[in-house]
Formats: sequence, structure tokens, C-alpha cells
Amino acid sequence: MSKEMKVLTEKDLQQVTSRQKVTKVVSQVLLYLFLCTMALIIIFPFYWMIISSLKDLAEYRLSTPTLFPREIHWYNYVKAFQKAELLNLFKNTLIVGIVSTILSLIITIITAFAFARLEFKGKNALFAALLATMMIPGELFTITNFITITKLGWYKSDDPIKGYAVLIVPFLVSVFYIYLLRQNFLQIPNELYLAAKVDGTSDFKYLCKVMIPLSLPTLISITILKMMGSWNSYVWPRLVAHKDFYLITNGLRSAFTDAGSGEADIPVQMAAVAVVSAPLFLVFIFLRKYIMKGVSRSGIKG
Amino acid sequence: MVDSKHQWKAWLYLLPAIILLLVFTVWPIINTVRMSFTVYWDETDVAGYDENGMPLTDENGKVLWGRYKGYSIAEELGGEREFEFGLNNFKEVVKTDGFWQIMKNTVILCILTVPISTFLALLIAVCLNAIRPLRRLLQTIFFLPYVTNSIAIGMVFAAMFNIVGVNPSNLDQSTSLGIINAVLGWFGADPINWINQGSTYGANIAVMVIYIVWNALPFKILILLGGLQSVNKQYYDAAKVDSTPKWRVFTRVTVPLLSPMIAYVVITGFIGGFKEYTSIVGIFGEKMQPPGASVGVPRLQTMVGYIYDNLGNAEGIASAAAIILFALIFVVTLINLWVSKKKTHY
Amino acid sequence: MKVELRNLTKIFPSRNKKVGGEVIAVNDFTFTIPDGTLVGLLGPSGCGKSTTLYMISGLQKPSGGQIFFGDEDVTTLSPENRGVGLVFQNYALYPHMTVKQNIMFPLQNLRGKDKLTKQEMLERAYEAAKLVQIDELMDRKPSELSGGQQQRVAIARALVKMPRVLLLDEPLSNLDARLRLQTREEIRRIQKETGITTVFVTHDQEEAMSISDMIVVMKLGVVQQVGAPQEIYDNPINLFVAKFLGTPPINVFKGCIHDGKLYIGGEIVPITEEVEVENNEGEEVQTTVENVVVGYNFVPGECVLDTPGIEDKNVYIGVRPEGFVIDENGPMTCNVSSVEVMGRDMSVVSTHDASLNPFVRSIINSDERVNAASPTINYSLKPHKVFVFDAETEERLYF
Repeated sequence: MSKEMKVLTEKDLQQVTSRQKVTKVVSQVLLYLFLCTMALIIIFPFYWMIISSLKDLAEYRLSTPTLFPREIHWYNYVKAFQKAELLNLFKNTLIVGIVSTILSLIITIITAFAFARLEFKGKNALFAALLATMMIPGELFTITNFITITKLGWYKSDDPIKGYAVLIVPFLVSVFYIYLLRQNFLQIPNELYLAAKVDGTSDFKYLCKVMIPLSLPTLISITILKMMGSWNSYVWPRLVAHKDFYLITNGLRSAFTDAGSGEADIPVQMAAVAVVSAPLFLVFIFLRKYIMKGVSRSGIKG
Repeated sequence: MVDSKHQWKAWLYLLPAIILLLVFTVWPIINTVRMSFTVYWDETDVAGYDENGMPLTDENGKVLWGRYKGYSIAEELGGEREFEFGLNNFKEVVKTDGFWQIMKNTVILCILTVPISTFLALLIAVCLNAIRPLRRLLQTIFFLPYVTNSIAIGMVFAAMFNIVGVNPSNLDQSTSLGIINAVLGWFGADPINWINQGSTYGANIAVMVIYIVWNALPFKILILLGGLQSVNKQYYDAAKVDSTPKWRVFTRVTVPLLSPMIAYVVITGFIGGFKEYTSIVGIFGEKMQPPGASVGVPRLQTMVGYIYDNLGNAEGIASAAAIILFALIFVVTLINLWVSKKKTHY
Repeated sequence: MKVELRNLTKIFPSRNKKVGGEVIAVNDFTFTIPDGTLVGLLGPSGCGKSTTLYMISGLQKPSGGQIFFGDEDVTTLSPENRGVGLVFQNYALYPHMTVKQNIMFPLQNLRGKDKLTKQEMLERAYEAAKLVQIDELMDRKPSELSGGQQQRVAIARALVKMPRVLLLDEPLSNLDARLRLQTREEIRRIQKETGITTVFVTHDQEEAMSISDMIVVMKLGVVQQVGAPQEIYDNPINLFVAKFLGTPPINVFKGCIHDGKLYIGGEIVPITEEVEVENNEGEEVQTTVENVVVGYNFVPGECVLDTPGIEDKNVYIGVRPEGFVIDENGPMTCNVSSVEVMGRDMSVVSTHDASLNPFVRSIINSDERVNAASPTINYSLKPHKVFVFDAETEERLYF
């Protein structure tokens, strides 16, 4: 093992050093070139959406598409609100989103608390059974829920209570959120709970004063994901909701999908899409951290 | 010690969740399985046939009119039917015209989108991990598609691929070829009819693959980048001291160390691929095909779309299809886990 | 391969962005490591020893100064072109590869005329494995090995490419006490057998002393002393080095020098007087009252040694534990707390008013008799085990 690597001469050394530099610069340039190209591809649809929403129909139909509107037309947005009844759709989505998020948070918190801190027979078996249901595709539930809703008389009901309930109630319990929060609760040292017991604090007070504040980031993640879920839900409302209680996505697709041959007014359509996408982007910009944290643990969209 | 008073309290906490789960999760599982295996004999219908195509007869050779039909909610509420156990719902699903079309769509979409998106995401994640300036900005941009509505952005993609005033027999006579064809034109490519009347199946699938990959990238990048950042930096230092070329670091160090995360995104990718529906609706609308395509099963129909189409008239068939879907996902996940157990290293 | 560091400096931008400023991790380090020696970089955490090691490996770029391997300036070379072997603190073995694959990994990177055939690689890998005595474990994964075995694999991986310089970062810190003793002997043996110039980093002075040919003691990025272990132990250059080396640690007392004699517990107290001083600032003449030293009071303590040639001043006195001699008439009196018998010798734990450590610990040959019933014990001191340091600069004062 006494043989050593060859000694570099002065000239070799200069060559190696400059080669190092060139490789480094080239690889950095290539890296950024690749990333920026990909980023442009990723972002282009958003750009196209906004640009198209500001064009008039004539410009949109030019044989060579323009990358920037020659004249900015805001009236597409006005039309979008009129044509798709966006206001009513917004209202429905907000009501469903807020109510279901609040109720869902309450249920998730107390259930996760029971699984994390309380002792009862069959706790582990029950929790394992809950987790097992996560494997089953949601479509399997949808079929029977559709029947249940029909039997309850909620199917396409124009009564506001039933109309909203049909969109809210079936999705109040999310096993995944319970799982997420329970894991978070379990990380809170048990000594805190025991200390509170010694001080005579009730379970409920302990939950409100200690566990909820300590799990706030997870709760925020859940809130955002749940709101995004309402915002993006499409299939279920279309199946069971009365037209008056459609959510934003339903209105979007149905208002602008035209029968077969007729050409859609795409600038107006893009304006509507932009309006629908805007709140999501705002939420994302301000709460990026929580969304990415929640998502990285879930893999479930919405 | 667990005393009975505490037991009682714990169940009180669990009560709302348990009631809702019983109604909307547990009962559906039982009921969907039940419905999928439930059939009735409809004697007013045409004669049933045996395997040889001969009409079913009783022992006296008299033709038995009627046939087995799948469960439907309307029939059950009608209350005049006697239901029995049978496999007819499953037979119906498999015999559906276009069932193989549905399978083909699903398989093609999975096989194309999962590897492409995983590979691209891995590449992007590794590159992101290798830079300092602009990293956060780029990371945010790459995450953007996640916070979108897949129907809404599907409409944007449709607009980008759309040909205005299409003339299927001579595309150049269309009013506008759309931005994608315009960009392709800069590189000297001929325009393609992507999604309009007269477009080919291949072109439709290409658009779907592009959209699904675009949509799937953020989640995969997030997971893989998270994995990369949790890899001990010393492995890279060690590789560097040992003069390891970059591509070898990638194949021999990065990929093996990331293999659990790669397995995870591949598995979730396959599950998502089997349940593809809204992204197709986003681009092609609920008809699930370009205007003027086939009349039978829509050209881009998927299992999920098929299930929803049968809701409201043939719940038995919908249930059977859902069970088949579940079985497929289950098997593919098992295969994935088996492969990843062989390939992931620790 | 001789390794030469010239004015090596590393400055990090401060982590706290609001405060700004910089952290000097390594300051003006100049040192030549002779060919084939084993050198220990020793210091408390944050002293810059690991940074120095990483700069030698090329993983960190120096802010200033140069590094030579032999006559070759490698300062700007990136690590892959330096031909060093590096053993990381937590070994950084690839968890998905077997021991064999781990050891062969560096060889597979060789290109051009250095490229080896599969057979040659295997031979080299087994040769390296034999050297560290793990050739029986070649098909295991790192997770199936003990800490000591992982350590050996890491060394084999670093050695297999026949590095010009071998670098070890805290090589023993993840091992338990018994393995540590064994492994350090092993490192010494391997280094002797291969003759590769080796630099290792440690915060454990015993480790550094036991196997190094040379030790570099560092503190806050500045080299304090360089030399053979015994030489540094016997001749610490300042109070920090004296305190850092030796177990049990050196006993430090306050004291002073007066009239060429060393007094433990003694003090020189300046006498000050308020004096009006006229300051000429521009045209105005102001008078202010200042304290001016007009003389010194000498508070005597226990006179332990003659220290000719040092002027009168306050000092710190370091006495190695083995520097105490039991002597009924000895000038130093301590209050005995306990006597720990350790077989070959014993340790007397006592207190002394002038001691800066809570206890004064002396190591006495067990042939001596200690009257455990007596509340006090008297010592005289071996002069060559006593070091005197300036109380202000903490630099050694020689007598």
C-alpha cells in the first residue's frame, strides 16, 4: 500500500484547476437552464389563462396567437360573473367550505384526543380498523352514499338545509385528519397530561388549553386542506346537489361546456377560471408553509 | 387502570365520529359489496341464453323468458322484486362494450404518466437540491399546480390545445391553430389536431399525459425534495472525496437512498392513475371524448367515470365496477410493494 | 507525503444575519506535517479543528492561505482531485451497499490509465479489508455491523484508493469506552503499517496523546501549541494548554511572585491614590481626578518555590497531580476531603483556599502513607511539575 498517487506538475495543476472551474460553471448554467425551462413550462398555463382572459374574442381567434393582448379587456370578467352565476357559486362554496371545515375540525379534535389520550377497551383495534378504511377508494363509498342520500330525501333537494347538508355531512369525518392529529397529540409529552390531572384539570379543559394550542400548525394544515377540498370538489355535488347548490367547479365546467360543435367563448371561460383560481393562489401565497407541510404527509389532494 | 367511568367518557368523545363513520363509511363498504353480488330475475325480459348462445329452457324444453338483472335502487324501493345472490353484475361490467377500452385507457395513462412524472420530478428535485440562489422561488413555482382546481386548469389546457374553428380535413384552414400548435410551428412541426373534432386517440392521450404529468409533478417534487434534504450530506462529501462523477453519485447514491420515497410516489401515482377522472373532465368535458367521436362508451372513459355513469340506474353494476377497481388497485399496490421491497435497499 | 499549511484562514459569515459580522473559524494556521506522521488536531468543540481537516480534504475552501501536499499547491483543487481519504465522524457508509461494495466504491471511480479491472478491485478491497481485519464481513450491510466494525469499514474505504493523506474526523467519538481503547491502537498500527501521513481530529486529549506523533492544540481558531505529546504535557505554553492536557487535570492556584519566590495564595495588591491630573485639550486646561498606582502591598501566602528571574506579579500556578510530594514539613497545607486508593497509586482529594478548581487532586505513589485521620496534609512540590502563568495574559513564565 505504499504506492502513492502521482504527483501533479505545475502545468497539470493549472489544467486541473481551470477544468474544475469550467465544469463547475457549466454544470451550474445547465442546472439553472433546466430548472428555469421547467419552471416556464409549469407556469405557462397560468400565464395563458390570464392573458387569454384579457383578450377580446376577435384577438383570441387570430390565426397567430398573440403572447400579450393588444388591448386589455376587463369585460370578460363581467361576462363570466353573469354567465356562470359565479356569485351564487362562490356563496355556496363558502358556506359549504366554512361549515364543513368547522364541524370537521371539532369532530377530528375530539376523536383524535380520545385515541391519543383516553383509555378504553378496543382502542387499538378500532384505530387500526379506521386506518384500514383509508385504503379503499372513495368511489366505493360514493355509490352507497348516493343511495343513502336518496333515501333521506336529500337528493337534489331545493331546500337550503338539505341542499347544503348533502354536500357537508358525508365528508365530516376524515380518517386521515384524525390520524394526522392523533400523531401530533401523541408527541405532546404524557407528563403534561398527568400534571394537569394532578392539578384537577378536566380532560376537556386540558384539550382546549394545552393540546389544541400545541397542535395549531397541524390544525391549520387540516383547515386549509379541507377548504381546498370544498373548493375543488366536483363529482359529489354534480351527482346529488340541486343546481342551486352547485359548487364553484360544477358551475365552471357546465356553464362553459357547449354542446359539440359550437365554439366556446374562451376568453370569458378563462376569466371565470382565473376568478376561481385566484383565492387558491392567495391562500397558497400566505400559508405556503402549512400547505406544503400538510401535503407532504398526506398525498391526498384536497 | 381503566375504570368504567372513563370508558363511558371516551365513547362520548368518539360518538359523533363513530355515527358518521358507520353511516357513511362502514355501511357503504358492506352495502356496496352486497349490491355487487345482488341480482334479480326479470321474467318480462327477453330469453336468457346459455354459454352456447341457445335460449334457456326448463326441463320440458320450454323457453324460459326473462333474464338476470343487476341490483338497482329503483327496483328495491319498488319492493316487488326478490333479490338473490349472483355474479351477473360483474359479468355485465366485463361484457360492457368498451370495457376493454376503459381498461386500455387506464393502463395507458398509468404506464405513461407514472414513470414520466416520477423521473421528471426526481430530476427537478435533485437539481433544486443542488442550487442555492432562487431555490425558494423555483420551489414555489413548481408547487403551484398543486393548489389548483383540476377542472379549472384542465379548461386552460384545453384552451391551449384547442383549435378555433377547426377544419378536421385540413387543419391549416382552421381559424386559429392554438398556442401549442403555434409554438410547435416555431420549431417547424406540422400542426396536430389535439382535442377537437376529428382528433386521433393518440393525440387525445398525449394531451392527457401532458396534463396529468403537469398536475402530478408538485406532489412528487415535494416528497422527493423532502427525502433528499433528509439524506445525510456526508454521503455526498464522502462520494466527492472519492472522486465520484456526478451521474454515478445520482445512480449509486441518490437513487438508492431515495428509494423508499420513490416507491411511495410511484404507488400513490398508480393509485391516482387508476382513479383518473376529473382531469379528463377538465379537458374534454363530461362527454369524456372529443366532439363527434364514438357513440358508445366514450373514447376516454375510465373506471371512475363508468361507475358514476351507472349511478342512478344500475347501482349493482356500479358497485361491481367499484369492487373491480378496488381489486385492481389492491393488486397493483401489492405488486409495487413487492417490487420496491426488492429494489429499495434498507 | 508532507502536508504544509501556510497562513490557513477560514472565515464564516455569521449565522445570525441580523447581527452580521463574521466568525473566524481558523486564524492564520501555519504548520508542516512531516511525511508519514500521525498528527492529532486537539481542542474543545468550536475551535476550528474540523474546519482545518475539511480544508485539507478540499470540502471547504480556505478564505486565505495555502495548502501544499509535498511541493504541490492544492489550495484550489477540489476534493476529487486531491487524492485524500476521509473518514467521517459517523462513518457515512452507504447503507444500501454491502461492506465490499462500500470499499470498492472509490476504486470504481478511477478513470483513464488508473482504471482497474474487476479482479484488481476485488484484490485491493480484500487487501484493505485485511488490513483493518474485516475481511470476514464483506457481504454484510453496514446496519448489520457494530460501531467498531463500521469504523473499520470506513477506514478501509478511505485507505483502498491509497490516498496521499488520510484524514479522520473524530474517529473514536461514536464508540464505547472499551472499543475506543482498542480502536485507537488499531489506528496507530494501520498508520504505521501504511506509512500514510494521517491527520485526525479529536476533543479527547487522552486519545490525542496516546497515539499521535504530534499534537496541535487549538482554541477559538488559533493554534496554541504544536509538538510531541509528552513535550506539550511537560511544557505547556499557556494556561489553556496546561488545563486541556492531562487526566486528572492540572491543579490551578492563584498566587504571586515576590522577590524571586513563588507564593501560593499570595497576592500583590496595588496601592492607588487619587491624583489631580491636568489634561490639555486644545486651549482649555481641565483637571480630572484619576486613580494612580503609587505602590504595591504584598500579601504573603505559602512560599513553595524559588523562581528567580521573574519580576513581582500576580500569577496562576499550575501543579500537575503527580507534582505533589507528601512532606510533613512541606510549605503547602491542604484540607483532606478523601483518599481514593487506585492500587498502583492513590489520589488524595483535598481543598485549598487558593485553588481555582473545587478540589486539589494529587496522585501519590501508594508506597507513601497518608494519615487519613489527619484533617490536613502537607505537600512540597516537584519544581518541574509546576508551571507559572501570568495572571493577565495567561502565558507561561519560565524560571
